[in-house]
Amino acid sequence: MSTGREPLTYVYAVARRTDRLAVLLAGLRGIDRAPVTLLTEASDSSPAPLAFVTSHVPHEAFNESALRAHFEDLEWLESVARAHHEVVQAVAAEQTVLPLRMATVYQDDDRARQALGEQRSTFARRMAAVDAHTEYGVKIYLPPPAPAEPPAGAPAAEADPAAPTASPGKAYLQRRRVQHRARERTYEQAQRAAATLDAIAARYAVGRVRHAPQSGALTGPQENVLNDAYLVPDEEARDFRAAVAQAAGDFPEIRIEITGPWAPYSFAMPPAESSAPTEGERAP
Amino acid sequence: MSLTDYDEPLPGRQVALVDLLDRLLSGGVVIAGDIVLSIADIDLVRISLRALIVSVRSETASGTAQDGAGHDR
Repeated sequence: MSTGREPLTYVYAVARRTDRLAVLLAGLRGIDRAPVTLLTEASDSSPAPLAFVTSHVPHEAFNESALRAHFEDLEWLESVARAHHEVVQAVAAEQTVLPLRMATVYQDDDRARQALGEQRSTFARRMAAVDAHTEYGVKIYLPPPAPAEPPAGAPAAEADPAAPTASPGKAYLQRRRVQHRARERTYEQAQRAAATLDAIAARYAVGRVRHAPQSGALTGPQENVLNDAYLVPDEEARDFRAAVAQAAGDFPEIRIEITGPWAPYSFAMPPAESSAPTEGERAP
Repeated sequence: MSLTDYDEPLPGRQVALVDLLDRLLSGGVVIAGDIVLSIADIDLVRISLRALIVSVRSETASGTAQDGAGHDR
């Protein structure tokens, strides 16, 4: 039935149309291997007009009800997310890019152009704000707590062979105390690490977004307690990374992970309008 | 220690999907497309997706590696 419908226009990002970018995109494929094109708006007469980076997607897969169902399908979601990301990355390698949220879709190119025109000044402001900046992710993980019980089959006395008189109950309590203290130390390190990261951010980053800590088995038994994104001026990136690496070495009981460089996904919206994540202060 | 081995499953030839979804589903410019899943919907989607990731992962883990179940007691 719906197979005859016109394809929809999927928008990956906002960029500036230049000859170099056009050449680069000519070799790129987007979702479903579709060719990627730049849409500009006729009334924008600047030498490098703002453009939507787009491709056509099948109506059957991207109409509202299909999209809703597909969002529950991890395999589909991953393939679209990776295709979206690849296009954004390719543009980011060449120039400033403003990624759009996944699955922004228009009926056709004209409708997309119209939307571009309506938002032109907003986009121009955000492009200027993220120009020559890169996003990095920094996460803190706690190790899984040591098991509370002695290993199955291990005699209780094994914990302290020098004190064979200790009752199993006493030995158990002692073990719990040791374990508790180790946990306290871990939390304490995590707190100090977070404070250190705050200081690093204050020094090098111009923006911070706190994403929700990641849960679920993808992150493993290690508990993710901090999941930040930082917007770092390109000339500070090396020192920022070095400072985070240093912090990772200074707090051996926890794991600090840095991801990126990312296109400025987490900073594409101005702080006030930022939706889900809480955005931190933006230093001038 | 064994728990740690068990969970270094995704050595990074690609960015981790979970990091990507953080950015693609809660970052990026939000403008009204002609086809719009509202922000609230996305959040719901995100929650159910997280659940999906959990279930997918635990299936693979128990399906492929018996010794992987370090936290079963």
